[in-house]
Parts: sequence; structure tokens; C-alpha cells
Amino acid sequence: MASPQQQKLKVHGPVAVTANRLTDGAVVWRTRGDGWSADLADAIIVTTADDAIALLAAAQKRDIDAVGAYVAPVVIEADGSVAPGNLRERIRVAGPTFELPH
Amino acid sequence: MPLIENGHIVEDKYVRVSDEDALPEGVPVLVGVDRFLKEAEALKGRQAPVGVIWPNNRPIAEIAPYLGQLSLIALNFPIFRDGRAYSQARLLRERLGWTGPLRAIGNVLRDQFLLMQRSGFDQIEAVKEADAEAFDEAVHRYTVFYQPATDERPSLLRQRLGRTLTGAAR
Amino acid sequence: MYAYDEFDRAFLAERVADFRDQVARRLSGALNEDEFKPLRLMNGVYLQLHAYMLRIAIPYGTLSAHQLRRMAHVARTYDRGYGHFTTRQNIQFNWIKLEELPEAMAALGEVGVHGIQTSGNCIRNVTTDQWAGATPEECDDPRIWAEILRQYSTLHPEFTYLPRKFKIAIAASPHDRAAIKVHDVGLRLHRNAAGELGFEVLVGGGLGRTPFVGKSIRAFLPARELLSYIEAIMRVYNQYGRRDNIYKARIKILVHEIGAEAFAKAVEAEWEAIREGALHLSDEMIAEIRGRFIYPAYETLEDRPAELVEALKDERFATWFANSVHAHKVPGYSIVTISLKPVGAPPGDATADQMDVIADLADAYGFHEVRVGHEQNLCLPNIAQKDLPALWAALDAAGLATPNVNHISDIIACPGLDYCALANARAIPVAQEIAKRFADLDRSRGIGRLHVNISGCINACGHHHVGHIGILGVEKNGQEFYQITLGGRADEQAQLGTLLGPAVPYEQVPGLIEDVVDTYMELRAGPQELFIDTVARLGVEPFKERVYAAH
Repeated sequence: MASPQQQKLKVHGPVAVTANRLTDGAVVWRTRGDGWSADLADAIIVTTADDAIALLAAAQKRDIDAVGAYVAPVVIEADGSVAPGNLRERIRVAGPTFELPH
Repeated sequence: MPLIENGHIVEDKYVRVSDEDALPEGVPVLVGVDRFLKEAEALKGRQAPVGVIWPNNRPIAEIAPYLGQLSLIALNFPIFRDGRAYSQARLLRERLGWTGPLRAIGNVLRDQFLLMQRSGFDQIEAVKEADAEAFDEAVHRYTVFYQPATDERPSLLRQRLGRTLTGAAR
Repeated sequence: MYAYDEFDRAFLAERVADFRDQVARRLSGALNEDEFKPLRLMNGVYLQLHAYMLRIAIPYGTLSAHQLRRMAHVARTYDRGYGHFTTRQNIQFNWIKLEELPEAMAALGEVGVHGIQTSGNCIRNVTTDQWAGATPEECDDPRIWAEILRQYSTLHPEFTYLPRKFKIAIAASPHDRAAIKVHDVGLRLHRNAAGELGFEVLVGGGLGRTPFVGKSIRAFLPARELLSYIEAIMRVYNQYGRRDNIYKARIKILVHEIGAEAFAKAVEAEWEAIREGALHLSDEMIAEIRGRFIYPAYETLEDRPAELVEALKDERFATWFANSVHAHKVPGYSIVTISLKPVGAPPGDATADQMDVIADLADAYGFHEVRVGHEQNLCLPNIAQKDLPALWAALDAAGLATPNVNHISDIIACPGLDYCALANARAIPVAQEIAKRFADLDRSRGIGRLHVNISGCINACGHHHVGHIGILGVEKNGQEFYQITLGGRADEQAQLGTLLGPAVPYEQVPGLIEDVVDTYMELRAGPQELFIDTVARLGVEPFKERVYAAH
């Protein structure tokens, strides 16, 4: 999974803008109204590089709500719901892939 | 940008002159290193003070022959994370014996003020007004310093030693 | 233990206040992320995939029971009830909130623990042998010198914004347990022919994308000249290290590009100018630091007491004893390694409850002292042999007595893609699966000493280059692939592993490792020949043929 800093912005399919919330680092997604949500279902989904660049630029304007914004792939499931588009994003949404110590 | 000297915001008496522009008469000037080195001989005859901006990628030892004709040395932090000028400052003070004004310029932020002061800078050109106003607080945040540096602050190694030798309580 | 005095405590309190103010300025917007990031990093705060991560230094791997208990408290109160011990004598908390960080740091600061300089482009936590002060092998306690370096480097005004991070490690025994040859500066403490204490100085070692074994630039540096010589190295590096490319900014690249000889010459020239200056360590200064280390009040005891001899009749205890108990410098005492690699668990993780158990056991049997080693295991350095049976029973009950130290299942692994924002592939589940394959203790004991090191990206936090078997996660077309190297080692004979062949997908890694081990078992000259020696004798070719024929 190329880290977002290394990724060239090529958009093949649906993408969203994601970041980490400043106060607690939680994974958030860019929503309508220039907001952020911890729920991927709220994310604005775009499908072209131009739209993605515009969405990212707007998200990066203000770095006090969320930090490290980048464009992440998503997939639209058969029922219309949105899911993360690669392993890295699946882990960001669902947590580590093994049982945590307890 | 506010200039801080000895803890106070002061007026910058130096005029920064680019390599192309003529030097104004009768006022202190701060010039880039290329112009300074090219015109060093001629600048010796100038009545008003001359300062130089020494870049952080040029060995500081090369400034030695010119120290006598300089009234100000400015060292550059192109980005605050680029710490080369800290070494240049210490070498100027401790090795080359520069006692004149030493100014930090560039991307100079509050959280580096103390490091700059400890490395021998006595003038700091802050980027942010609020940072300049917080100067006093920023350089007095710590009362404990582990290692000796260019400033006069006592280092722990020696403080502890003093205590041991005087037999003070442990 | 090094006992903090009022100076250290005052400094830590000031540092916590400083960070509290920086966090407040960040939350208010007075600092932007670019400005804040280096500040938080120098307090050990990263932003990872899911959350902030706090890395706490365990200077030279030494920890008191009291401090460990406080870490358990932080894990419970501010995190998710566990912590991860790293390859650099640090512990990491993975789920911490920025808003709560100043509070967590204050709680740690009260017991003299902090995250200062566990990240950022500064001199990092100085590491050494986890057996320091206890092993009969060493010529002096390396922690004295690590502590001197800790003090020297803490908030150093000149060296806080170096071209890149800077890691120093010290070894004081002929057997190097601190991996000094793969550090920016490695210091080998020894005595010269005249019996004087000093350091061999190595520079330019390191792993990452351009791995190098360090080069010796001085065979003997008198111990009292340590600080001036380190300052000379730092000053040359700070001025001439590359800053145009983050991947070429480590000192190893400078040393490689100008050559060790030219680098040494520049250092010696700088050193000549400062060696008689303020950094010259007098005998009194060294004695002052040495005097702040408190050593256990050992009793006069016999080796192999009756309690131990009796307990050794129990096969499970005997197995653990043979694996996890090591020789001590004082008769009647032992060094005990606590494996944090129970089969199936994330390597190096400990729950808050386990931390409490270990702290209690350190209080009961170990002079209140715990150690952390770069292999991601813990250690109780001062256990009376008569107490070993009771200690073992308590460790066993807490799941902390897996007798697999130095076995193939004692795997070093970085957090990988499950946590880390830099990773390309997962490391922990790979380690878990390999450990499961070799869960049979008779089998893994038969294999003998074998270090598997796994990194989830080229930055090599899992030290894959110096694993007897190294596993590096890479990304190919969105899939996790793994490159395998053989023959690396991190000890006094440090060398980098040799690539076995093409990378294989995630699912094939455990099977491939089994094939490598089976090949070794067939090819070894006898049970005494370790894996690493067989690879040294035969090279990787026989392994390559066997392994890739099977896959």
C-alpha cells in the first residue's frame, strides 16, 4: 500500500478524502458542508481526478479539525453502501487484523 | 518582522539591500554573502556599519578574515527544521571569537528561541508577532540545562559536581 | 537503577509544561501541523493510522517496578490496556488522544519517565545491553556512559534539528547485545592493554533503505573524552550531512559518500579544538553520575541452591530454566528473560495486567528492577536462584513463561500496516502465523538459536536486514508481498542478510519459512551448527533451490 504521501493522484473509480481528527487522531472522512465524519457512509464520493483534487484542496485549507488529508480509494457495494478500497483503508476503518491484547 | 534584542523588541537599524541595488549612504546595511565577498575590499572604506547574511551551507570558518570589518552577522534558518546555523553560531562565538551582534533570520519560531539563545544568538528576527511578544516566557521555560553551550547558563554536570564537592545533601 | 535527583525532576516538570503549552497552541491554531509535528515528535508523539501513538523512552533499558506500574496505569487510563515494547528500548501506546497527552505525560513524568527525544531529528534514546550491571561478561556498567550521553543530549541547543534522527548504542561485553554495529554511532566499551577504560567508536551503521555496517573510526577513545568526541561527530554531521533528500540524510550516507577516513579526519580536527574544553569529563563528574546508580544489596549466596536443584526435577521448570535463565556476576543470582512472545500474540506486547504482575515480581524477587531488550523481551536482572521456582510459577500463571527465548518463535516485528502510517505490509500477523507453525517446543528447541526479524516496510524498524531470517514487507499492485533474506546478524559479527529470491505473497510466507528451516535441518553439519553458521558455510543457494522448487 503506497503511503498517501507517495501516491500520485490517479483516480480509477470512486474515492473519498480522509484524514485524522486533530484532537484524538480518529479516522475521519470529508463530508458535505466542509465537515468531517467518523462514518465513511457520510463521505463525499468523487470519481474524477479533478474532483478529487478540488475536494482535497478544500480539506487541506484548514488543518485545525483534521490533519494529513489525502485521497483514498473506496468501493461501492451492491447495496449502495460505501466500503474502504484497499487493505490500508480497511485497517484504518476496522482496526488491526489480529486480536488485540486484553 | 519584529526584531528581538536582549529580550526586547527593538527597531531594526539595518537596511537589507539586494545584490543589485545601490548601497544607501550613511545607514547600516545588511547584504548577502556574494555581494559582500565581491565588494569586501571596497566596503572597508564605508563609513556606516555593514552586516552580512552568511548562508548555512558555506563553512563558517571562511568568514574569519572579514570579522574585523563586520558590525552584524546574520545566520539563516531557511526552514526551522534546518539546524545548521546553530553550529555556525557556536563556532562563531566559541572558535572565531565573534563578540558582535549575531542575528537569527528566516523561519524563526518561538519554540526555537531558547536553542538560539543558548547557541550564541543575541538578536532574533521572529516570523510571528505573537512569538516575539512571548519571547521572555519562551526563553525562561526551563531552569535546568544539562549540557554546557555558548550561553552563560550553568550546566547540570557542573551544578551537580559543585553540590557533591561542597558535601550538600543528596 | 539511576536515581533522578531534583534537577532531573524539575526538568521533566518543565518539559511537561512546555508540551502542554505546545498542545494548547496547536489546538487553538496558533501552531499549524507543519510547525507542531517536529515538536510533538520530539516528545514521542506520532500520528498513526488510527490514532496518536506515544513512545516512551526506557533509558538504557532500565525500569523500576514503580515506573512499570505507572505505565500499566497509563495503558489502562489513556489507552486500551496494553503497550508495545520496541526494538529500541522504548514502549509505545497506540491509542492515545492528543487532548489527553499532556495529562498522560504528567503522570509518567511524576515517576521520571518521558517521551523526550524518542522521535524527531535529534539524538534518540541511547540504548545498551539489557543485562548491564548484572552480566559477568562486561568490563564496566555501560549505563553510566549511556546516562552521561542522555544528559548531554537532552534538549541539546545545537543538535535538536539535525539532518535526520541519530541513534547511539553502547556495548560493554564481548558479546554485543545492543547491536552497536547497526547504529549511527556504536560505542564498544573495553579496556586497552594498559587497563584503561575507553571506547572503540563506530559510525555510519544503520538499517533502513540503505543498510550499512558501521565503520570503526577510532580504536580507543579514553572514556573521559566521550562527550567532546561525540560533540565533534555531531558537529561535523550537523553541518555536512545531506538535507536535500530525506532518504540520504542519515550519517551513514555522509560517511559512505566522503569515506570513513575523510569523515574521521574531519571529526579528529574538530575534536582537537574542543577536547580540553567544557565537555572534558573529570573523574569527579564521572563518579558523581556513577554514584547515582543504586545497585542491589546482594546477599552472600551459593550457586545452585537446594530449592533450585529440587525444582529442576520438574520438566517444565527445567525447560524454562534452560531457556530463559542466564549467568549472573554474583554467585547465587541469575538473570531472567521474560518472553513477550507467547505463541499467537503480537510480539513485544504486554497488557497492563501483565505489567503489574511483572512489577510485583520485580518487587518481590528482583530488587524492584526490570529491563527491556532490543529483542522486545523483558528481563529481571537480579533474581536469587533460590527464588527461581516461585518466580517461574508466578510468570507461568500470567502467561509470561514461554520458554522460547532465542527460538524461531521469538520474533522481532515492527507494528507494520496494522498500526503504522509508513508501512506497506503487515508484520504482526506474519509473526503470529510463523510462531504457530513452530509452536511445538521440542521442534523449536531442536532447531536451536534462530532469529526471525520482520519489517512492514523498507524503514526496517523490525531490523529485517540483521535477522538470521529477515522478512521485509513490500507492496506489489496493491497486494502484500514479502522478501526473504538469510544470514543477517546484529551481534559483534554483524552483517546484512542476503536476498533469497523473488518476493512471495502473504499467504506463502509461513510455508516458505518452514521450507527454509527444513533445508537447514537437512544440511546442517550437526545439531551444534546453528542456522546462521550453516548459512555462512553454504551461502543462500542451497536454500534458494529447495525453497523455490517447492513454491
